[in-house]
Amino acid sequence: MTADIEPIVGRYVNLEISGRAQRLYFEEAGAGIPLLCLHTAGADGRQFRHLMLDAEVTDHYRVIAFDMPWHGKSLPPAGYQDEDYQLTTQLYAATIRAFSAALTLDRPVVMGCSMGGRIALHLARAHADEFRAVIGLEAADHQTPWYDTEWLHRPDVHGGEVCAALISGLIAPHSPSEARWETLWGYLQSGPGVFKGDLHFYREDSDYRGRVEDIDTDRCPVFLLTGEYDFSCEPGDTLRTAAAIPGAEAVIMEQLGHFPMAENPERFRGYILPILERIRAF
Amino acid sequence: MFDGLADLVNGDAALVRRGRHLDVDFLIVDGEEPYWISVRSGRIDEVRRGDALLRSWRFAIRASADGWREFMKPEPRPGFHDIFAMCKAGVASVEGDLQPMMANLRYIKGVLAAPRATSR
Repeated sequence: MTADIEPIVGRYVNLEISGRAQRLYFEEAGAGIPLLCLHTAGADGRQFRHLMLDAEVTDHYRVIAFDMPWHGKSLPPAGYQDEDYQLTTQLYAATIRAFSAALTLDRPVVMGCSMGGRIALHLARAHADEFRAVIGLEAADHQTPWYDTEWLHRPDVHGGEVCAALISGLIAPHSPSEARWETLWGYLQSGPGVFKGDLHFYREDSDYRGRVEDIDTDRCPVFLLTGEYDFSCEPGDTLRTAAAIPGAEAVIMEQLGHFPMAENPERFRGYILPILERIRAF
Repeated sequence: MFDGLADLVNGDAALVRRGRHLDVDFLIVDGEEPYWISVRSGRIDEVRRGDALLRSWRFAIRASADGWREFMKPEPRPGFHDIFAMCKAGVASVEGDLQPMMANLRYIKGVLAAPRATSR
């Protein structure tokens, strides 16, 4: 009997990000145009595992997902014990660009979800020539907060439990139970304060309203896909953002929430495959 | 809508287990109708509909009657599928000492959704 070994390969890369040594874990599958996938806040690259097993994707794309420092199998940097993790636009962009350079990726397509979609907008605006296109899942230039992040990291509330419980409502009711609970597991096991630190970027340091207008979609095309059940990045937020970017395209995905590639991979592929096919022709 | 909550919750062993460290009294308010809910070790000891007669409670979860009706559907419309979605949309609110709710949020969300399971 042959073991059921998946084609996904995981490795580590050592690199310097904003003057600090980091060791990042990444997974990849497929060959072709690099498709660099960015996970949501407080989670890790496993969210893209289904995409990496989809031959219709991997026949044409080298799908790569790295775990941000502090996330998944990437460790926090030396000295982390004496600091509060806080992601910023500068640090997030530097991390993605350092990773892309370290792997010598040739103008990858960036596909990010939630905060990954937010930073994709920044990359399209500030570094258009480094990226073939950006796909923002559950992405917008700004969105209205719906809870106090102080609940996420305090001794009298279990961080993983409360993170998962909060974001559980962002998953569409239609998403299969197994995928729902796998998505929640990423949050249940996230490191203390990491989700909160990501949300510093998301809430405090990435209000791109009035800036996304500068994106030149001739140099870096922009696609935005948002699930109708996402009340964090609401469809209206995405549509407003797309309307502000000349040439950007937006799709509202039915029966999907904030984690489309993880919460309902089968449904998501119906939306993402046509876009990936179009990008191949660029 | 919440009259049968005790049987629904207490009959769900996984949900009771999830709340096994929780002892709390709280309110669910359906439109104008309050339900005083008493939880002990994850089991619902009592559901009292109507005036709580000066009984104390730690936190209250309120939504409009229409909001709860939509919430209880097997596949609610976007915006009505989660208590915090309804809060953001302005049809629900939470108040009081939220610590016991946040520390047991997966359990509390399970309790709120318990009547939804019966309609499946």
